[in-house]
Amino acid sequence: MEPAGTDGPAPADQVREAVDTIYRAESRRVLATLIRLLGDFELAEEALHDAFTAALERWPRDGLPANPRAWLVSTGRFKAIDTIRRRARFDASLNQVAERLDATDGGAEWEEEGVEDDRLRLIFTCCHPALPPDAQVALTLREVCGLTTEEIAHAFLSTPPTVAQRIVRAKAKIRDARIPYQIPSRDDLTPRLDIVLHVIYLVFNEGYSASSGRTLTRHDLSGEAIRLGRLLVELLPEPEAVGLLALMRLHESRRPARTSAEGELVLLVDQDRSLWDREQIAEGVALVERALSSRRFGPYTLQAAIAAVHAEAPTAAATDWAQIVGLYDVLARVDPSPVVALNRAAAVAMRDGPLEGLALIDAILARGELEDYHLAHSARADLCRRLGRTAEARSSYERALALVRQDPERRFLQRRLEELPG
Amino acid sequence: MKYLCLIYDEEKKLSSLSKSEYDSLMSEYFAFTDAIQKSGHYLGGEALQPVQTATTVRVRNGKVSTTDGPFAETKEQLGGFYFINARDLNDAIQIASKIPSARLGSIEVRPIMEFDKP
Repeated sequence: MEPAGTDGPAPADQVREAVDTIYRAESRRVLATLIRLLGDFELAEEALHDAFTAALERWPRDGLPANPRAWLVSTGRFKAIDTIRRRARFDASLNQVAERLDATDGGAEWEEEGVEDDRLRLIFTCCHPALPPDAQVALTLREVCGLTTEEIAHAFLSTPPTVAQRIVRAKAKIRDARIPYQIPSRDDLTPRLDIVLHVIYLVFNEGYSASSGRTLTRHDLSGEAIRLGRLLVELLPEPEAVGLLALMRLHESRRPARTSAEGELVLLVDQDRSLWDREQIAEGVALVERALSSRRFGPYTLQAAIAAVHAEAPTAAATDWAQIVGLYDVLARVDPSPVVALNRAAAVAMRDGPLEGLALIDAILARGELEDYHLAHSARADLCRRLGRTAEARSSYERALALVRQDPERRFLQRRLEELPG
Repeated sequence: MKYLCLIYDEEKKLSSLSKSEYDSLMSEYFAFTDAIQKSGHYLGGEALQPVQTATTVRVRNGKVSTTDGPFAETKEQLGGFYFINARDLNDAIQIASKIPSARLGSIEVRPIMEFDKP
C-alpha cells in the first residue's frame, strides 16, 4: 500500500480527523462490500470495526493510504479471515469457510464498479419481502444509513432492546433462510423496488409527521430518508425512485411553514408561502418533470406532481384545483385507496364548493372505509363548518378528537371545535 | 440449500371443484413436478389425504393419548409438500410461486435445519 504523503507521518490528531471523515463518507460502502466478500452481516460488521481500529493504529505511523476505502476493505477481509481461523480451533468446520474466503481473491475482485452495486445489494437485502416490515425499516436505518439502535428506537418511539432484537432476528433470517445478497432480476425489480420505496417513504413520514407523540416532526429522520432517496436515484434512476425523491423534497420545502412559532399546526391553505424553501421546490419540480417524462411513473410521481402544483401556486386561492383534481383522478386509478379518495374529495371541495366535497366524503364514510381515520372526520367537520352546519361539524370534530394520536393535531382540532359558533 | 414447501389449501374449496376443474389442477401439478425434476430442484414431494384422516398423538407422563384431527383448526389445511434443493431463498420463492396451490391457498417455505455431525 502506497502512502499518500511523502513528508513522513502526519500528526496523530490530523489522522484521527481524517479517519473520522473517511468513516462518515465510506463506512457504509465498505460494509456493503464486506458483506458480499464475507457472506455474513455480523462478520462484516466486526470486520468493519477492526479495519477502522487498525486504521487508527497504522495510519499515524504509515501515512494515509492512496485509496483508503480499498485499504479498509482488504484489511477488514483479512481481519475476518483471522477471526474465523481463531474460531476454527474450537469448531473445525470453520476451517473450510476460512479457506474458501482466503481462496477468493480479495485484491482485484471488488473493483470500483462493483462497489456501487454492493450498496444496492445491501438496500435490497435489508428490504427483502421475507423480512417483517418493521425489521426492514430498522435494518435499513442501521446498515444502510449507519444509525445506532438507540437513534432508531428514539425515532420510532421504541426501546433500544426491541429494535436490537428486531435487527438480530432479521439478520438471523437472512443467514438461516439464505436470503441472497443480490440486486433483484429485471422480472422482480418492480415489486422489490416498491418495498424499498415504501421503506424510505415510511422513514420520511415518521420524520415529517410523527404518527404519535408530542412533537409534530422529527427532522433528522426526514433528512435521512431524503439522503436514502438520493442514493437510490443515483444507483438506480427508476422513474418512481425519482418521483419519491421529488415528493419528499416538495413536502420538506414546506416544513418551515407547517408549524407556528408556538409549535402549532398550520394547514396548507393557511401557510405563509414566503417561508417555503424555494431551492427544494425547484429541485422537486425538476425531479417531477424528469419522472413524468419517463411515462412509466406511478403513485409517488403523481403525488409529487400534486405537491408541485401546490408549490407553484402563489396563494391557496390561486391554486389550480382543477389540475389537482385531475391528478387525483389519475392517482385513484393507479392506487384506488380510500385515503386517495379522501384527498380527492378535499380537492373537489376546493374546486366546486364544500357541498360537493361533503357528498364525496360521506360516500367514503358510508362504505365504512375510513371510519377510524381522524383526518376523514376532521375533513368532514371542516366542510360542515364552512356550510354553517355547526352541529354536524361539532360531532365530526369530536369524532376526530377521539381518534387523533398526536398532540399538535389534537390541539388544532380542539381550537377548531372551540371556534365553532355557540 | 434445502427447503420444505408446505402446501396449505382450503379443503372445502378443493372439494367444491368440478371434475374438470379438479383434473386440470392435477395435470398442472404433474407438469409442475415434472418441471422441477428436470431442473434439478426436486428432492421429494407428496400429497396428503384430507384432514379428516388425521390423528394427533401425544405422550404425557409416559401415557400415549390419541385424538382425532389436527393439532389446531385452521381455515387452510396442510395438504402436501415439496422437498426442494434451491440456490437460496429467492430461488425457493420462485419455485414455490409456481406450485399450483399458491394461487388457491398458500405455500410456507421453510429452510431445512442442518446439524453438524458429532
